[in-house]
Amino acid sequence: MERVEVAAAPNGVANSRQRWKYLDKMLTRSGPFSDPDTNFGDPVIQILESRKILVIGAGGLGCEILKNLALSGFKDIHVIDMDTIDVSNLNRQFLFRQADVGRPKAEVAAEFVENRVKGVKITPYCGKIQDKDDDYYRQFHIVVCGLDSIEARRWINATLVGLVDDNADSLKPLIDGGTEGFKGQAKVILPTLTSCIECQLDMHAPRPAVPLCTLATIPRQPQHCIEWAHIMAWEEERKDDILDTDDPEHITWLYQKALKRAQEFNISGVTYSMTQGVVKNIIPAIASTNAIVAASCCNEAFKIVTSTNPFLGDGNNYMMYTGDDSVYTYTWEHLKLDDCPVCGNLAKELEVGRDATLEELVAGFADRPDSQLKKPSIRSEAKSLYIQFPPGLEEATRPNLSKKLSELVEDGEEIAVTDPAFQIAFKYKIKFTS
Amino acid sequence: MLKLWSMKQKQQEVDNNAPGGRKKKVTAAQLRVQKDLSELSLGSTMKTEFPDPDDILNFNLTIEPDEGMYKGGRFTFSFAINQNFPHDPPKVLCKQKIYHPNIDLEGKVCLNILREDWKPVLNLNAVIVGMQFLFLEPNASDPLNKTAAEDLKSNREGFKRNVRTTMAGGSVKGESFERVLK
Repeated sequence: MERVEVAAAPNGVANSRQRWKYLDKMLTRSGPFSDPDTNFGDPVIQILESRKILVIGAGGLGCEILKNLALSGFKDIHVIDMDTIDVSNLNRQFLFRQADVGRPKAEVAAEFVENRVKGVKITPYCGKIQDKDDDYYRQFHIVVCGLDSIEARRWINATLVGLVDDNADSLKPLIDGGTEGFKGQAKVILPTLTSCIECQLDMHAPRPAVPLCTLATIPRQPQHCIEWAHIMAWEEERKDDILDTDDPEHITWLYQKALKRAQEFNISGVTYSMTQGVVKNIIPAIASTNAIVAASCCNEAFKIVTSTNPFLGDGNNYMMYTGDDSVYTYTWEHLKLDDCPVCGNLAKELEVGRDATLEELVAGFADRPDSQLKKPSIRSEAKSLYIQFPPGLEEATRPNLSKKLSELVEDGEEIAVTDPAFQIAFKYKIKFTS
Repeated sequence: MLKLWSMKQKQQEVDNNAPGGRKKKVTAAQLRVQKDLSELSLGSTMKTEFPDPDDILNFNLTIEPDEGMYKGGRFTFSFAINQNFPHDPPKVLCKQKIYHPNIDLEGKVCLNILREDWKPVLNLNAVIVGMQFLFLEPNASDPLNKTAAEDLKSNREGFKRNVRTTMAGGSVKGESFERVLK
């Protein structure tokens, strides 16, 4: 008979944790790098199991992240994704099967991992991150992103920076993974404390574009013909249809246009799948790059929550990985930008009388010792309150000057103030005094 | 070792306990555009117009060249800036049908910094300077309107005459154009 050794785990951890035997090596005893204040054993396991973690994206990176987090002992995982499963996802998004094609990614991924790892709860939301409000994001302790869009990253970043207040729990570490072919990166952002996505905007190279005139006159590559069909032919011939890159009829139309143009210029190589790739800006995804980057992201989440080992984000905050020319990784500190429009200058509270006019507020900015703005331009999200440049806009917004502030902004609304003398924008939260 | 959830308490800079629920915040794109607008040097030949002054991400720019072959014309461009600015460049379209080697009959503009050479460090002023340059020095070597480019290359004087004709609302090679003279 085979005997399974049932040794009593240190620090009184019960034997029901057989599944987490190896994880418990980290959780039940201290190591040379662990935080001296960590309560190893039950207390830290409790923390790990009670922390709510949000995963944004259930695609190539998201599948890996969900699986890793579940296998790292997280028990309360939420996942957001707006996409449905496409047949082309199946080669690397391993939580999905042929029969799932067309179903929402978040839902299928959650089901799969819940079934596979007993005891973990995964709550899916199929929709856009922008659908949810601050209260929704406030419930999480950590956010892990596996996104393919810079716009979505900027949005969640600005949201998490905006959540930070005096309460220590309002600080939600953002762990951001990204891959492109054989390259990738994992980074940890401590909103308002360390360099944020907006500080790092110049790290994301804009998508390479071909000059319009090349597309219009002398295409040299099959991709040029596809871009021509995409940008020029569609506009000219189907102006009234909104191009839907997921509609096979639309892609077929572009493909045939591109093919015809390629033949005119003696270019070969235009295919349906290349058309799809160019139009949807698909970058070949390498499953192993996703695995490496996701693993790194989840290790950081685990360490941040458990304090078992030093984590990325305290000092060094950016790990880049390159796998296309042998293997190279480098970890470094991306510095916070002083003039970052998102985290560089947080909103200060500004008390103003409900009956004060905008003009009085503008005049007040010149006197405030912390700003001394001589030519301030002011806006809220919805309104241009008073914009001094260019002249046309000044004229259009001048009538606002004599209006009462309470007619223009709501109590608690944020306004942004810029001034030619300052590189940075000032933000204020208006608080009315009666 | 850094302890995350106790660290923030040391930083006592923000007091965000303002009343009210969720309020929309000024976006990074809006902030950047507001700043860029304050740095525009429009001079005497350019003017902006905001159809909805509350929406500074969409506006029109009118250029009235005071020298070069397009002198005397009035050209309006629409600027459409999305929330991903300055990662994405502004979308610029000429609102009139004009005869220009780098602007096609649909109004699309071939200017390197609007597409392949756009970088987030460039600002709106760089764009309008580039647009002004298009009217001073039309470039025949990278054409968007091939007919106009060949015309300019082969016969500069003839091209100039055609520009005048089209600006007055005439037609060239069977294509009729919009009157853009002041």
